[in-house]
Amino acid sequence: MRAKILLSILLLVLVFFPTFAGPYALSVATLILFFAYAGQAWNVMMGFAGQLSLGHSLYVGVGAYAAAGLYFHTGLGAWAGIWLAILLCMLLGAAIGFLAFRFGISGVYFALLTIAFAEFTRIGFDHIQWLGGPGGLFIKVEHRTGWDLVNLRGTPAMFYYVMLALCALAFIFCFLLLKSKAGYYWQAIRENEEAAQALGINTFRWKMLAVVISSAMTSVAGVFYAFYYNNLFPEQIFHISRSIEIILGPIIGGIGTLFGPILGAAVLILLSDGITEGLAALGWEFPGVKQVFYGLVLLVVVMFLPRGIWPALARRLGVGK
Amino acid sequence: MDPVNVANLALAGVLTGLVYGLMALGLSVIFGVVRVVNFAHGEMMTIAMYAAVVLFTTLGLDPFLAILPVALAFFVLGYAMQAGLINPFITRPEHSQFMLLVAVAIIMVNALLVIFGPGARSVQLDYLLESIELGPLLLDRGKFYAALVACAASAALFAFFRYTPTGRAIRACADNWLGAKVVGLNVKHYYAFTFGLGSACVAIAGCMMVLLVDVTPPLGPYYTLLAFVIVIVGGLGSMAGALLGGVLIGVSEALAGLFITPSAKSMFSFGLLILVLLLRPQGLLGRRP
Amino acid sequence: MDRRQFSKTLAAAGAASALSPFGILRAQSQRLKVGVILPRSGVQGFIGQSCQKGADLAPGVIREMLGVDIELMNADWESNVDTARTRAERLIQEGAHVLVGPFDSGAATAIAQVAEQRGVPFVINIAAAPPITEQGYKFVFRNFQTAGDIVRNGLALIGDLFRATNTVPRTAVFMHVNDTFGQAMARGIGAILPTQTQLPFKIVETISYDPAAKDLTVEIGKAKATNADFLLLVCRLNDAILLRREMVKQRWYPMGVISPGSPGMYEEQFFKALGKHSEHCISNVPWYNPNAELTKVVEKAFLKQNPKDKLVFHGLNAGFTFEAILIAADSYKRARSTEPKTLAEAIRQTNITSKMMLGGPIKFNAKGQVEGIGSACLQNLNLVPTVVLPQAAATAKPVFPMPRA
Repeated sequence: MRAKILLSILLLVLVFFPTFAGPYALSVATLILFFAYAGQAWNVMMGFAGQLSLGHSLYVGVGAYAAAGLYFHTGLGAWAGIWLAILLCMLLGAAIGFLAFRFGISGVYFALLTIAFAEFTRIGFDHIQWLGGPGGLFIKVEHRTGWDLVNLRGTPAMFYYVMLALCALAFIFCFLLLKSKAGYYWQAIRENEEAAQALGINTFRWKMLAVVISSAMTSVAGVFYAFYYNNLFPEQIFHISRSIEIILGPIIGGIGTLFGPILGAAVLILLSDGITEGLAALGWEFPGVKQVFYGLVLLVVVMFLPRGIWPALARRLGVGK
Repeated sequence: MDPVNVANLALAGVLTGLVYGLMALGLSVIFGVVRVVNFAHGEMMTIAMYAAVVLFTTLGLDPFLAILPVALAFFVLGYAMQAGLINPFITRPEHSQFMLLVAVAIIMVNALLVIFGPGARSVQLDYLLESIELGPLLLDRGKFYAALVACAASAALFAFFRYTPTGRAIRACADNWLGAKVVGLNVKHYYAFTFGLGSACVAIAGCMMVLLVDVTPPLGPYYTLLAFVIVIVGGLGSMAGALLGGVLIGVSEALAGLFITPSAKSMFSFGLLILVLLLRPQGLLGRRP
Repeated sequence: MDRRQFSKTLAAAGAASALSPFGILRAQSQRLKVGVILPRSGVQGFIGQSCQKGADLAPGVIREMLGVDIELMNADWESNVDTARTRAERLIQEGAHVLVGPFDSGAATAIAQVAEQRGVPFVINIAAAPPITEQGYKFVFRNFQTAGDIVRNGLALIGDLFRATNTVPRTAVFMHVNDTFGQAMARGIGAILPTQTQLPFKIVETISYDPAAKDLTVEIGKAKATNADFLLLVCRLNDAILLRREMVKQRWYPMGVISPGSPGMYEEQFFKALGKHSEHCISNVPWYNPNAELTKVVEKAFLKQNPKDKLVFHGLNAGFTFEAILIAADSYKRARSTEPKTLAEAIRQTNITSKMMLGGPIKFNAKGQVEGIGSACLQNLNLVPTVVLPQAAATAKPVFPMPRA
């Protein structure tokens, strides 16, 4: 009950946020929601099914390029691109998962395999001139005062609400997943894969399902990115630092929990901006100092809150996971 | 394509690969024993590179002589890192270890930026621009010496693990953690010792690397990734594998650059990595986990 | 605008309107707040900090020149486009009247969208990707050559160089870094070189290389095997050093190394790292006129702020960053207002003839692009990048083919 009240308050605040927030706050909030959503998607694979992916930028990038490329070459908007993005990323996720799980690759090796695929694709895209190569893919920027949800064209507030809706949908979807048969099987696989197999669970099939769901969800983040920024560079979108950015949120927030990715993304981005502002106020404008503090905070959190912030916070608030 | 040119470049690939192998060796040793993947590996090497540059510019110390002090300092640093930071994490899940080392890496890169600024630093030694003539072949002098050091350092490390009591005890910890504990070995000490050794390897690699490239703070993540590719191809935890992996990557990049296009050459390293992971996940010379 | 600022502005407006019924005085008693957004950390940290030097000296020089007070608001976008976007929003919220930056085409597009949405003028100091000024923006201005312009000017200067030295190289091997900038340049060369029939040489091979590569042995091995007369090179700094070293090691001595317009070979680090081997390399880049009046003023201010440094090593970066701020200050002086629309309109009317960088007066076309920015042929002579062409700006004579070191 308490959880429901808190959740409703949070949702209410988020829905009315653009009415009282300035554009800067709105842009930060949009960024938080973006990483919350991508983190939630990653969490399905790692937090639920225990498969560590360090290459999720792959799905963001392919999703973004699929939708932007389609728009650039045919003029078909986001409503079409999103399906192409989802389809491509599901196939890609299925292929990687199939290869990895068929050949019995797990743990660190699986993680490094995902990095390898992301990097391979990054350099590959540097050689696809049809999509701009390293020179970048620029799509036509349109400034509209209204909302065009079908083509993802509109005001910053529209992008905020799109991201908010995606986050809410992802949240509900993940909640249902956890309650479903898949959720229980994943948990069994995550805790002890051999034991799960001994119980007659087809671990291959359920792990595949996690990878495919996660990659499909992540691709939607890519579509958003493409139309929010209107330009794509392989160097930026496929870069390993983007994968790391995506997964820091859920790890800091609380892996395997529903609120963890959201809380983690909010904490990290507010922290990042907070440190910048704090240092500016102190007059310490040495490039690099900010990131040192950021790293120190990450270090402290991971040392003292091994399960993330949310489980500790949830206990304080007296709500369940 | 002229065969002499091909031979020249393949040879250069072997030499570069040996230096890469030395860099990856540290990562492999640490993983083989402590079972932690050091995501701050390249960043540590960058620090060693700065150390070598500073010793050169302030004391005029040749990077080959800098090996000793830098490696010693890194042994201590590595020991302290494992004892203070990483030991509490060895029983934690992989993503938690990953997170810890990513945080360490972020701090290292940016601390270097604050201290040294964003500009590249290098050592200027005239012999680094010379080449040794071997019949029709031209051998890059600095690279050649660096490759020799890589071989010597690997041999020394190999001998240490094979013939010294400490080395044997570390191998016991690696093979059977619980057993080693039961016999009364101080596992945490040996873990820290291993991390120290791995760091010393990185330090030597860093001293050699300044002969080949100029150092800037953002260099770290690039080398971390490269080291991963090499140890996975060679076999995580295998010392000979790290060197072999280095040479394979060095040569395949050289040939891919020569026959296909240079801008895609590291794509072939990642392609090789994917193939090895699928066909022989323990790596070419690794043991099945 | 947050509450604090809002009340401040309100108070200022009140005070001003008490003094002057038309509120004209208000603008001049205020200062122009310039949000300077550069990558001072991360992968591009080096260049960001170099640009910053040009920004830091601007307020002093501009006060002397125009009698206008400007205040810099510095932001670091950390070589991360997400940060570029939020920092731009933040600067505007903090009251920046105009944005200047960011040395990168990706970040420029991100900031341009913010500037456009908020209706705040944005003057790009350096970014060469053509699409930025092709989007129909009303608040985005660029005082830098597009990749096509750089190539056109760079190739023309190569022709001038051959004429001035009475040389006729027949073949070139073209090497370029395979990143955003290198790619745009390569496309420009592919399109423009065939039309330049007066140039005596043709490209025998094109070699693109990975910007992250730390070993360029193969690349030079391949280039050497072509036996081309000279190396046409589009590079960045660190790879330029690696390539030049590798040329020495592999004993490849072409007639010269000429960049048709890229950073790298005129930068301080290039000289520091290579010593005598940096000598005689040539870069045809947008550059400042060493003989211009304004250059001397800027140079003096630069030396005052950076006693151990030289302007010549930050020529392009600091020069264009300074000019971007100058454009903002000059428009502010004419507009007598910090109101963004008025300011943008004034920028559009810019006509600065007393400038630092080479080329015609600073005037924006309908797309917000300055045309006619000039390039110089810059040759490394006695460990200093020296203007050797065009003759009007030259301080030495070109040396080509390069003598063996």
